Amino acid sequence: MSYALKDSVGLVTPQRMRVDQPFSLVAGDGDDSPRQLPGFELVYESYGRLNADRSNAVLICHALSGDHHAAGYHSESDPKPGWWENMIGPGRPIDTDRFYVVCLNNLGGCGGSTGPLSENPETGGIYGPDFPVMTVRDWVRSQALLADHLRIGKWAAVVGGSLGGMQAMQWAMDFPERIGNAFVIAAAAKLSTQNIAFNEVARQAIRSDPAYHEGHYHKHGEVPTRGLMLARMLGHITYLSDDALDRRFGRDLRHGRLRYGMDAEFEIESYLHHQGKSFVDRFDANSYMLMTKALDYFDPAKDSGGDLAAAFAPAQARFVVLSFSSDWRFASARSREIVQALIRARKKVQYVDIQSERGHDSFLIGIPEYHKAMRTAMDNIIPAGGRA
Amino acid sequence: MKLRGDQAQIEGWIQPGSRVLDLGCGSGDLLAFLQQERDVTGYGLEIELDSILQAMRQGVNVVQCDLDVDGLSLFADNSFDYVLMTETLQSVRYPRRLLSDMLRVGREGIVTFSNYGHWRSRLNLALGHVPSGPGSDLAWHDSARLHPCTISDFEELCIAEGIEVTGRIMADSARSPLVRLLPGLFGGSVIYRLQRKSRASDGG
Repeated sequence: MSYALKDSVGLVTPQRMRVDQPFSLVAGDGDDSPRQLPGFELVYESYGRLNADRSNAVLICHALSGDHHAAGYHSESDPKPGWWENMIGPGRPIDTDRFYVVCLNNLGGCGGSTGPLSENPETGGIYGPDFPVMTVRDWVRSQALLADHLRIGKWAAVVGGSLGGMQAMQWAMDFPERIGNAFVIAAAAKLSTQNIAFNEVARQAIRSDPAYHEGHYHKHGEVPTRGLMLARMLGHITYLSDDALDRRFGRDLRHGRLRYGMDAEFEIESYLHHQGKSFVDRFDANSYMLMTKALDYFDPAKDSGGDLAAAFAPAQARFVVLSFSSDWRFASARSREIVQALIRARKKVQYVDIQSERGHDSFLIGIPEYHKAMRTAMDNIIPAGGRA
Repeated sequence: MKLRGDQAQIEGWIQPGSRVLDLGCGSGDLLAFLQQERDVTGYGLEIELDSILQAMRQGVNVVQCDLDVDGLSLFADNSFDYVLMTETLQSVRYPRRLLSDMLRVGREGIVTFSNYGHWRSRLNLALGHVPSGPGSDLAWHDSARLHPCTISDFEELCIAEGIEVTGRIMADSARSPLVRLLPGLFGGSVIYRLQRKSRASDGG
């Protein structure tokens, strides 16, 4: 066993939950015909052990491009661990020696849960663009069914960054008695106009790719590689800070000298190409469209006339809100709005703005102060050293 | 849990079950104590990460905030019963603005600070040195106190801001008759209870 495996939750095997009952989705405004899925499957992984009174379970909610594989390795030769390996594991801030950690792939994703790549029982073909648009509320309700399946009455914590943080908030609002702590990291109570604008450019990049075929690219045996790549390149720029890009790439040249042509001259260009290309290999364009839509739609205060404090009124959880100083996609000011509403609603909240130069992606990085804050907050649930 | 002297005095003023905001709550000792003993709903503002983590460990609702930059913009008018500021007033960039803002946010303000009118401070200055102030032995260049003041200075500011002093305790007065006789000269740490003038005359 390699050192990495020893230091980690080790080898993990994804599991599957099947729901055969129809699953109704949040309806649109003035929508008479309820939208629903005839049934669905969720793929998930779990790390650590559920204790006897089933009180140490932690749900991890993934962000735009994440999946159920948050920690560990799928095989001895797996070159890369899960996406939150630095956070989850034995002795890590989310300590699998104390907590039973569950992470799933959300509905509409492309990691194996029911989504655009799954078979549509009505047609026999894959859903493709006909897969219904999901909202954060739909996800949270499907996650509650997963909790039922695992016989977890109440999560000790629901933890998520970015779009995942939105799910943690929604959990506290929709299932107040089923969540002890909500970790809302680098998130926002709703997307800013600028954020929606970025998402729309990303979607247009995909839709304007001739290979997209209005989402039916599989029927045509094609993949809108260029469009998805562009969408990811744009997204990636916004997840990093100006300083972080400058520090890492500056104006470094690919060929050591300028060529005065239209091909990539600077290292940042080839880096973005690489990011875009590797994303295309692992992500589905329809899923990407759908995830960005879920982000755009999230606005829990909408039903209470824009009053976020009123939306938080049912919540019983303690909230841990974290933001990062250089994050401009989900700026610290957006987290402070969440904190402000929580205080107004007289909820328990702890808020730390972590100094970081790494932009929105900071929430995925092992920044010492960030991990210290996470560790402290997790220790408050089950003290360090104490076995659950 | 050990409270600082000024904090222990404050406890008796806090009604059980009230809403308390602590500006510069440090490691959260006072709020943790009030939560336990007075069943208050409390929030603390703090800027130092290590203090914030300690406050988190004590189960205090601690919110990272730079009072010099954000002030109390997070908080609605009259959203707290008490706003506390223990040994913080002299360390903020805009004490006048913050003092006024704390009585916008809270029904009552409780402020503690070190009296630079203490005879030792006066003597230091007479001998040619800026006093480090009661309860501190830091030199002027190391002190976080940007705005040293005396109790006379503070009370003049309250008058100018339309703030009524509804209570004053000199922290050492129980021990020393001299403090009771000449508080401005012999008092070290001082605790004020404050209200907006209009509200005080309402009998509120």
